[in-house]
Amino acid sequence: MAITHPLTAALPSTQEALPDGPVVVADDVTLAFAGVVAVKGVSYEVAPRELFAIVGPNGAGKTSNFNLVSGVYQPTSGSMHVLGHDVTTMKPHEIARTGVARTFQNIELFENLTVVDNLMLGRQQHLHYGAGAAMLRTRRVQQAEVANREVVEAIVDFLDIQSHRDALVGMLPYGVQKRVELGRALAMEPKLLLLDEPVAGMNLEETEDMARFILDIRDELGVTIIMVEHDMGLVMDLADRVLVLDFGEVIANDVPSVVQRDPAVIRAYLGGTDMAELEGTR
Amino acid sequence: MATRPRMIRSHRDAMALVRTPTRAVWLGILLVFAFAAPLWMSNGLLFLLLAGLAYIVGAIGLNLVSGYAGQLSLGHAFFLAVGAYTAAVISGPSTQTTFGLGINEILVWLPAAGITAGLAGFLVGPIATRLRGLYLAIVTLGLVLVGDHVLRTWTGLTGGVGFGRQAPDPTLLGLDLSTTGPILGVDVARSALLYWFSLVVVILLTILALNLVRSRTGRAFQAVRDRDVAAEIMGIDLTRTKLIAFTVSSAYAGIAGAMLTMRLETIEATQFNLLLSFLFIAMILIGGIASIPGSIAGALVIAILPDIAGPLGSVLTPVFETLTFWRADAGFPLDEFQLEQLLYGALLIAFVLLEPRGLIGLWVRVRNYWKAFPFSY
Ligand SMILES: Nc1ncnc2c1ncn2[C@@H]1O[C@H](COP(=O)(O)OP(=O)(O)O)[C@@H](O)[C@H]1O
Ligand SMILES: [Mg+2]
Repeated sequence: MAITHPLTAALPSTQEALPDGPVVVADDVTLAFAGVVAVKGVSYEVAPRELFAIVGPNGAGKTSNFNLVSGVYQPTSGSMHVLGHDVTTMKPHEIARTGVARTFQNIELFENLTVVDNLMLGRQQHLHYGAGAAMLRTRRVQQAEVANREVVEAIVDFLDIQSHRDALVGMLPYGVQKRVELGRALAMEPKLLLLDEPVAGMNLEETEDMARFILDIRDELGVTIIMVEHDMGLVMDLADRVLVLDFGEVIANDVPSVVQRDPAVIRAYLGGTDMAELEGTR
Repeated sequence: MATRPRMIRSHRDAMALVRTPTRAVWLGILLVFAFAAPLWMSNGLLFLLLAGLAYIVGAIGLNLVSGYAGQLSLGHAFFLAVGAYTAAVISGPSTQTTFGLGINEILVWLPAAGITAGLAGFLVGPIATRLRGLYLAIVTLGLVLVGDHVLRTWTGLTGGVGFGRQAPDPTLLGLDLSTTGPILGVDVARSALLYWFSLVVVILLTILALNLVRSRTGRAFQAVRDRDVAAEIMGIDLTRTKLIAFTVSSAYAGIAGAMLTMRLETIEATQFNLLLSFLFIAMILIGGIASIPGSIAGALVIAILPDIAGPLGSVLTPVFETLTFWRADAGFPLDEFQLEQLLYGALLIAFVLLEPRGLIGLWVRVRNYWKAFPFSY
């Protein structure tokens, strides 16, 4: 076992003190599309360093919630506070700069770029030079590129993807792409990390690796994590608290052992094929 | 400790522009050839190469905004015009018909051409960055049409259709670059000086572009092109990034416009039309989208195409004359210009269908083939 994790040195700002109070406060948030209300009056809070899971049947509004936290969508009503900022009407790139990173349910990597370049894109906010300096490749630019490349290499080592470093991401197998996407989010040096179905479509071994990465990120770096996941076994094993959504509404919000026995939750999963997953708890 | 000389040992090495000694050697040979060209080339070919150098600058500019940042622009000709006329106004004298400042120092008017065109791009940018895909293409198309109209009617600037105005006059620190005759005792072809100066400009602008695309900004361009939502999630400001791409691209176009016209006697108001925009799109499609070396290759191919069309025509004419089923009296059915246009079209279709990565893609394939030789498959 590593004594001090090399990532803690590479990603210092993940361990900076958080503002007082919850990391995320969703207050009566509603998101309506033409025809569908994806999120209905949802309220929840996520505490610092918590590993918070959001579960629910397909179409329950889990991804929509992530889109609200990260600014891809703005709530129709209600308010959203993240890391002490009112992000209700903020743009995604502004929210990202407050220290929020995320992965996507359907991998959203830059397929035409190499693994290293994808991770370097995660470092975007930590590179402070402008286009003019970039063209002249000043000493400051070179130093910034090298320093950030070192951070990227630390993440490459952590995720054990050294051999794929210079490969185009589009050519990589699915499981590796999932890792690279986690790496790109991690490269942002976030204080809040949103993971949308991080182990979907993975085999047992890949799932276990991913679970270890997630725990390391929380335990070693102290990053607050919200995770959407269908693998109930993983959720029950990892999560500190579980929010259950059904048809856009909150039906439970408690520690895993309580949520597991909640009649409303069991009812929501009953009849659906998802029941099998609930029973498949490891 | 003895280290293998060709091993990449640091991040700095890995990020270098020229990563291996082999590449450095090839690059050196290429540069020697490029600089020696005027010593053996005919004036005609040199004149085409001068256009080629200007094309390179313009093609790199278009590749930055369209190839890297993914913003399809049909408005490139407009920014070439802004650069060309900035240069002409600064360098040209005031006459009864046209106004000018009479400063023919190229180190003044060439950067100025880039700055005004860049500024124009920066001003148009905010409209363009709100649009995407076909809408952007239509708006930039409008830019060329409006620009074309303005040039045709603003005779104080252009000298009017059919008359034109004097092209920018290249004088480098008092030395007229378009002179003939011996330099340091050696007879050099006319426009050799202009060629060498242009070559240095092209090399500098190529290095600047290569630096840009391997930087934070260049990566942001590609992120915006491939997945704009993911780019925003990385903290990239879409509007700002597209605006930078437009501005830099337009500045390159402006310099290209000035370079393209400085080898001529006069600038014609009608030459900055949609066809010119398409010519640059053809260059990056043929050379390789999102590739700086590709931009260079594509620009050179398009530049020497007129020189290929002529000989090809004279080869094909007797062939066609022997075809008895062809109307014997008609001879070869196309003139040189038509043949040139046909070649453009054929090249474009061939590349889009067969090698969408352009000449660079072709090169990579050939290189990989030889690397694996004789076990190519
Ligand atoms: N952009 C959109 N436009 C219209 N409806 C949407 C959009 N995004 C999500 N929805 C709808 O919102 C509901 C919740 O979707 P989502 O949040 O993706 O569910 P989950 O991630 O829990 O499976 C679904 O009914 C879905 O069809
Ligand atoms: Mg989802």
